[in-house]
Amino acid sequence: MDLDFAWRTFIRLIEALPLTLSIWLLSVVLGGLVGAGVTWMRVSGVKPLEWIARGYVLIFRGTPLLIQLFIVYYGLASLPVVRASIFWPFLRESFNCAVLSLGLCTAAYQAEIFRGALLAVPAREVEAARACGMSGLLMFRRIIFPIAMRHALPPYSTELISMVKATALVSLITLWDVMSVAMKIRNDTLVTYLPLIIAGAIYFVVNYIIGAAFLAIERHVTPHLRARPG
Amino acid sequence: MGERLGNLAIFGFGEGGWGLALLEGAAMTVLVSAVGLIVGGIIGGLVAWSRLSGHRLAGAVGRSYAALFRGLPELLIVYFVYFGTSTLLTDIARLLGHEGFVGVPSFAAGALAVGVISGAYQAEVYRASYLAVSRGELEAAVSVGMHRWLMFRRIIFPQVMRFALPGLGNLWQVALKDSSLISVTGLAELMRVSQVGAGSTHRPFAFYLGGAALYLAMTLVTTRVFDVAEARATRGMRRAAG
Amino acid sequence: MPTETPALTAQNVCKRFGQLEVLRGISLTARDGDVISILGSSGSGKSTFLRCINLLETPDSGVVTVAGETIKMRQRRDGSAEPADRRQVDRIRSELGMVFQSFNLWSHLTVLENLIEAPVHVQKRPRKECLEEAKALLARVGMSERGNYYPAHLSGGQQQRAAIARALAMRPKVMLFDEPTSALDPELVGEVLRVMRSLAEEGRTMLVVTHEMNFARDVSSHVMFLHKGVVEAEGPPYELFSGETSERFRQFISKERD
Repeated sequence: MDLDFAWRTFIRLIEALPLTLSIWLLSVVLGGLVGAGVTWMRVSGVKPLEWIARGYVLIFRGTPLLIQLFIVYYGLASLPVVRASIFWPFLRESFNCAVLSLGLCTAAYQAEIFRGALLAVPAREVEAARACGMSGLLMFRRIIFPIAMRHALPPYSTELISMVKATALVSLITLWDVMSVAMKIRNDTLVTYLPLIIAGAIYFVVNYIIGAAFLAIERHVTPHLRARPG
Repeated sequence: MGERLGNLAIFGFGEGGWGLALLEGAAMTVLVSAVGLIVGGIIGGLVAWSRLSGHRLAGAVGRSYAALFRGLPELLIVYFVYFGTSTLLTDIARLLGHEGFVGVPSFAAGALAVGVISGAYQAEVYRASYLAVSRGELEAAVSVGMHRWLMFRRIIFPQVMRFALPGLGNLWQVALKDSSLISVTGLAELMRVSQVGAGSTHRPFAFYLGGAALYLAMTLVTTRVFDVAEARATRGMRRAAG
Repeated sequence: MPTETPALTAQNVCKRFGQLEVLRGISLTARDGDVISILGSSGSGKSTFLRCINLLETPDSGVVTVAGETIKMRQRRDGSAEPADRRQVDRIRSELGMVFQSFNLWSHLTVLENLIEAPVHVQKRPRKECLEEAKALLARVGMSERGNYYPAHLSGGQQQRAAIARALAMRPKVMLFDEPTSALDPELVGEVLRVMRSLAEEGRTMLVVTHEMNFARDVSSHVMFLHKGVVEAEGPPYELFSGETSERFRQFISKERD
C-alpha cells in the first residue's frame, strides 16, 4: 500500500471535515428549533395545530431525505416565483439548501423525540407539583423539562449520529464534504477501497465521540437511576 | 419531442407521459427494498444469534458488526458495496483471463447494501425480541419433552417474530428510504426515474414532488399493512399497557 | 365561645364524571386543630372530594373556602365549572399540603431538594432558610441521615415520610392526606401512622382519607363516612364506632376488619 498516498488522502479528507461538521451543527440546531415548535403544536390541544404537526412529521419521516434535498436544491431553484423572491439569494447557495433541507428533516425526528420525552414524565410528579402551587412556566422549567430531558438523551444521541451520516448526501448537490472529496479521489485515481475506508474511519470516529459524549452526560445527570454508591 | 405538456399531463400514461415510468420505478423500489430487507433479516438473525450465543468471540464479532454499520453513512456503504464488489469481480475475472471491467448488477449491489445496513439494526430488534420471550414458556416446552429444533420452530421463532413486528415495520420504512440512495448506481428505482424525468423535461420541482408523493403513498400503505399484521399476530397476547 | 374563621370549609360539593355522579353534595367544616378522617368504600368519592378541595379535580358546583378565602369559580361555555383565577388557585394550593398515596416525590431530586423545591420557587423564600427548615423537618419525621438520597433508594415508608416532610415544608394551613398508607407494605404502615399521629397531637389541621380504622378511631376529632357520593354518617369517633349511628357504617367497619 502506498503510505504516502494514504496520508495525503487522509489530509484532504480531514480538510473537508469542517464543512461536514458545520452543515451538521447548523441543521441540528435548526431542526431543534423547528422540532420544538412542531412538538408544541402537537401537544397544544388545538386540533388544527395538532393536525399540521402530525402532517409535518408524516411527510418528513415518510419520504427519503435525498428527495427532500433535491426538492429544495433543484426543485425550488427551477421555479420562477422562487428566483424572483427575497429568498433567492439565500437559496442560491448549496450550503444553505443543505442546512435548510437537513434541518427540516431532522426537525420531524426531533419533534417525535421531544414528544416521547414529554409523555414519559410521570403524571404523579406533575400532580405533586400542581398541589404545591406550581403551574405554567415554573412547573415546566423545574419539573417537566428536567425529567423529559433525561428521557430524551438516548434517542437524541442516536439522531445526532444519524445527522452526521445524512450530511454525506450533500456530496450529491455539489458540496465538497468528506464524502464528495473521497469520491473525487476515487474517480481521479481509480483507487476504490482506500479513500472510502479512510472516509469511513473519519465518520466512524466522529460518531463514536458523539456517542461517548452523550453516555457521559447521561451518566452525570442520572445518579437517581443507578444503585447508590457505598 | 418538443411538445409542452401541462404539469399534470406529464404524469399521465399517454405519449410523453411519465406516469408509467414512475410507477415502474416505485415497483423497483419495493422490490429492491424487499430483497434488501430479507438479506438484512438473514444477516440480522446471524448477528443476533452470535450475540446471544454466549461465546465471547462470536459476541464480539456481532457487536462489532452492528457498531460498524451503524456508524457509517449509508451512502458510503452503497458506494463501497457497489464499487467494491465490482472491483472484486473484475479482479476475479482477470485471474480467469477476462480483461476489462466487470460490473456487478446494480440491483444486486443495491439490495446487498440495504441488507448490510438493515441487518445491523434488525439484529438489535431480534435480540431484544428474543430476550422478551418469557422464560416460563420455554421451561414449559422443555418439560413436555420438546427438543431444541422443535422448540425453536414452534415456540421461539413465532414469539420472536410477534415481538419483532413493530421494530421490523419501522425498519421496512427505513429500507424504503435507504433504497433511494441506490440511485447513484443507476438502478431505475423511483429516485433515479424522478431524477431522469426531472432532467429530461426540465421540471425538477414537479418530478421530485411527484416522486416524494409516491414514496409517501408507499409509506402509508406499508404502515397500514404492518398495523394489520401486528393486530392479527398479537391477538390474545397480554400487552404491557393493559 | 368566640366564632373564629374555620380553617377550611366545603359547601355542597358536587362532581360528575360523564354520566356518573361521584359527589352529590358533600359539605365539611374544619376548625383549627381538627383531624377529620374520611372513610368509605371504593367508589364512594372520598378521594375525589379531597382532590376537589385543592382543585386537582374541578367540582361542578359547590364552594371551597380556605382560611376565610373562597376559591372563585366561573362557568365555561359548555356549562362546566372552572377556577376563575389561576393565581389564586396556585396560592391556595401553596397553603395546603397534600400527601399522596403514591408519594409522588420528584425522582430526579434528592430528598432535601424535594423539600425545598416549592418553598424556594413557589413561596419565594430564601434558600438558606428553606434548607434549615427542611433539615429540621427531616429530623421530625426520622429521616435526618437520608437528605441526600434519591427517592428510588428509599423504602416506601421512608418515601412517604419524606413526602410528609415536603408537605410540611410549605408551612401549610391545612394538610390533606389521600390514602397515605394504602400503597405501603404492612410492616411500613406503622412508621407513617406514627408521624401522622404526632402531627395531630401537635394541633395541625388535617383531612385524612384512609382505610386505617384504628387511626380514624383513636386520632381523629371527627369522622365522615361517605357512601355513593353523600355523607352517610358523621360525628365524633366514639359516636360512629359505637355502631349506633348508621347500619351501613357498622357493616363497613366489620368488612374492613376482616
